Amino acid sequence: MAEKPRSFQEIILRLQTYWASKGCAILQPYDMEVGAGTFHPATTLRALGSKPWAAAYVQPSRRPTDGRYGENPNRLQHYYQYQVLIKPSPPDMQDLYLGSLQAIGIDATVHDIRFVEDDWESPTLGAWGLGWEVWCDGMEVSQFTYFQQVGGHDCKPVSGELTYGLERLAMYVLDIDHVMDMPFNDPDAPIALTYGDVFLQTEQEYARWNFDVADTDVLLQHFVDAEAECQRILEAPADDPKTGRKIIMAHPAYDQCIKASHVFNLLDARGVISVTERQAYIGRVRALAKACADAFVQTEAGGAAA
Amino acid sequence: MPDLLIELFSEEIPARMQTRAADDLRKLVTDGLVEAGLTYAGAAAFSTPRRLTLSIEGLTAESKAVREERKGPKVGAPDQAIEGFLRGAGVAREDLEVRDDKKGQVYFAVIEKPGRMAADIIAEVLEKTVRNFPWPKSMRWGDGALKWVRPLHSILCILSDEGGAQVVPLDVDGITSGNTTRGHRFLAPDAFSVTNFDDYEAKLKRAKVVLRADERAEAIWHDATHQAFALGLEVVEDRGLLAEVAGLVEWPVVLLGRIDDAFLGLPPEVLQTSMKEHQKFFSVRNPKTGRIERFVTVANMETADQGATILAGNQKVLSARLADAKFFWENDLRVAKEGMQPWLDSLANVTFHNKLGSQKDRIERIAALAREIAPSVGADPDLAEQAARVAKSDLSSEMVYEFPELQGLMGQYYANEAGLEAEVAAACKEHYSPLGPSDDVPTAPVSVAVALADKIDTLTGFWAIDEKPTGSKDPFALRRAALGVIRLVLENNVSGRASSLAVFVERAVVPFVAREVDSAKESLIPLKPVVHDFLAQYDLTEAVERFRDWYGEGNSHFKIKRLVEILDDLLSFFHDRLKVFLRDKGIRHDIIDACIAMPGNDDLTLLVKRAEALAETLATDDGENLIQGFKRANNILTQAEEKDGVEYSYGADIKFAEDDAEKALFAALDAADAKIAPAMKAEDFSTAMTAMAALRGPIDAFFTDVQVNADSEILRRNRLNLLSRIRNICLSVADLTKIEG
Repeated sequence: MAEKPRSFQEIILRLQTYWASKGCAILQPYDMEVGAGTFHPATTLRALGSKPWAAAYVQPSRRPTDGRYGENPNRLQHYYQYQVLIKPSPPDMQDLYLGSLQAIGIDATVHDIRFVEDDWESPTLGAWGLGWEVWCDGMEVSQFTYFQQVGGHDCKPVSGELTYGLERLAMYVLDIDHVMDMPFNDPDAPIALTYGDVFLQTEQEYARWNFDVADTDVLLQHFVDAEAECQRILEAPADDPKTGRKIIMAHPAYDQCIKASHVFNLLDARGVISVTERQAYIGRVRALAKACADAFVQTEAGGAAA
Repeated sequence: MPDLLIELFSEEIPARMQTRAADDLRKLVTDGLVEAGLTYAGAAAFSTPRRLTLSIEGLTAESKAVREERKGPKVGAPDQAIEGFLRGAGVAREDLEVRDDKKGQVYFAVIEKPGRMAADIIAEVLEKTVRNFPWPKSMRWGDGALKWVRPLHSILCILSDEGGAQVVPLDVDGITSGNTTRGHRFLAPDAFSVTNFDDYEAKLKRAKVVLRADERAEAIWHDATHQAFALGLEVVEDRGLLAEVAGLVEWPVVLLGRIDDAFLGLPPEVLQTSMKEHQKFFSVRNPKTGRIERFVTVANMETADQGATILAGNQKVLSARLADAKFFWENDLRVAKEGMQPWLDSLANVTFHNKLGSQKDRIERIAALAREIAPSVGADPDLAEQAARVAKSDLSSEMVYEFPELQGLMGQYYANEAGLEAEVAAACKEHYSPLGPSDDVPTAPVSVAVALADKIDTLTGFWAIDEKPTGSKDPFALRRAALGVIRLVLENNVSGRASSLAVFVERAVVPFVAREVDSAKESLIPLKPVVHDFLAQYDLTEAVERFRDWYGEGNSHFKIKRLVEILDDLLSFFHDRLKVFLRDKGIRHDIIDACIAMPGNDDLTLLVKRAEALAETLATDDGENLIQGFKRANNILTQAEEKDGVEYSYGADIKFAEDDAEKALFAALDAADAKIAPAMKAEDFSTAMTAMAALRGPIDAFFTDVQVNADSEILRRNRLNLLSRIRNICLSVADLTKIEG
């Protein structure tokens, strides 16, 4: 058993090293605001089509309604997810996963690690899968999903997806009670930084903005704009007159879908979306996600013949 | 006689599916074996998070040979017919025998099915079972096409007898059968082979797996209660949770932990809900104070530190969860103490339904309606209105956002905190009731008023926008709401002309009429004050009439009129639900129909009293025979009326009575009238119906001794008029023509 990690970033680095050693491409975060690592096109789009895929990456994620001004020991409106997607899912996916826990210092002989039913569904992505939330001593440390459908398309082959909530997991491993007290870099570094040094102020600022200040009229307009742009991009003919090539713009369109989804989350945090409207908004984002998935499977990366 | 052992070993099966899956496995396999000609002495199925196991004892080693003869078409029948027969029987043409039959020569097919070895049958049945297993949800994995609840890893399938065990060979999409399994994921992960069920169960236990779910549940409950008892505490019983937790572990280890003092001030329901929903913890209560002070968690692991790390981890997770709950609770209390106004205001921004306005609009309607209903249920109108105004406020609270199942309950806490009357606070919680058929019905008047107003507004609203339940679709739970209204009315004895459902619904529909008018086209704007004026002054039907007189027939008038029709339609929906409700209570549908056909059927309390009295009467000998007498009288009368083209309804005179039985009937009818009329007026149905049933003797005697269609036209008419008295008396009690039999 390797020595225990000493900081938040060391846990991330160990996960990177572990999954790299298992053959995953280590990607970088997607450069847009997303609610979860699943939204990264390396998961959402790459889970589609027949081409094998193996990727792992950190994804900063935003859930405006979870903001607690940095006061709650482990609830944050901005946090990190670690995401692994392997297609087709290997037969020893569970063991690979348990190996990653070992790599970050979770000794399975003293902890209680459990796979508890959690059927994953993303109404906004038109996606679902079956799997579990993985518990370590009662704490949810990961989501483990076998994707069955994304964007309304059957996943063939099936991808195995892992999502680690990095802060919670790290707090657990490092035995920290409050996220803001967690060492971000090595506690013995010349300039030792805690998670709070990095994020306490931003949590306060964003919580205030998310809950009380964000301009809902502007956000509503952003939503409408992103939706329109997504549709417009997808309506463009596949053949690019300038290059003479067939270029389906699945990714740029999908960016707009991500944007609409995040704006919806912000509106939700502002409390201006009712239960019935919620369904309508989610339906609109899903329609975009489906259209993007439809476009992606027409592309080479999506498995269509070149 | 060999025994069969099957184990399907997979990744973790959801706890809630395990028991059912074990049953399904047993049923599918045993049915398949029996269908293929095997018999067995006994079968039992088991489940753990990672395996479904089936043990079959005393299986026959092979199926018997079967000889079957099938009669086919006549010799010389068209080729098509013969070929069809060959296909069905699975034989070749040259194998057919020709035999003499009554109608000539006929083909016969003799099908010989040789006996088959049990192993062949098992392999076939098990493969079919795996491929067609009725999981509520199943999935594919990797690049395969096989579906299972989670990836299936191995199949153990052995037949064993005194001579030893043999693997039943079988291959399902690359998963080949064997005689090995694995123990606990962490405590005994290595594969081992087994020879029969006893060996299997014993080796599993050594490998830290308790095969039987009830054994796991019992162990959990035993350990939990003992540990709690040692501290003078008790575990809050929760059978659903126990079953679920038993399905989450193969090797249960019970750990009792402490709840941080900082959270003991939270309402016990919040502690319980948070611990159960998020952590699957049992709550441990101090019987002296009723407070939840500790928790029990069940681990799937034995550790060198006796679970210390695991318990510490669980405690930490719980603290984080409860810190969240406390954050909500404290924020909510601040709002509550100041009177909850921000919550009420924010409900204006929450759409209830896009055609029915915001939650605030809805609350306004419910408040006005609760006020109107209050006198009918003995509630103070001011309190009822106030309760309705605050009853939904907790929907804006943070706690209810996090735990929707605590709606109402939190409302009660917050209303108390806001310093509102206890009755008002109670209504916040109780107005949602009854939720299901077994849920308690509130009896506190203010709660009843708000509960009725809430449900009636919902029903009327969805009727107004034509979103009624159809078939199995009832997305707004309107059937449940209607049943709730029925039970509230009946169990609280809500009755009287001003307290009937029609009156309530009519009041409930007014705001929707007003809304319809308000949203009407611009050309109608000058009319709005008029309609509102009429609505304020008159009852709905009259208001609409007056509006029509005033305005003339027009487009929007018909929309409003449609809203009036809601009354009738909704009332018949209530009657349908009432029929279902009473049928479950053992009252026949024809009895209910006979009572629904009577005036005043919108007073459900009265309607049910009438139905119960009628059911009771019909259960007696007199009652049952009276129906026959009534029907006979009614038939003769109807035929005569049709034939003569007149209605015999008046003027039977005793002076034309010749026969003793006839005179006796006159007297009996007079006596019955004297009893029934006042009893009906007093709504004393059982006295009325007993008096009616007493007519059975005189009516029977009359039909025995007296010829109605006498030669004398005077006598005949008098007797028909006498029959009409029977009809009138009976029909005044209930519409007995609807009674069957």
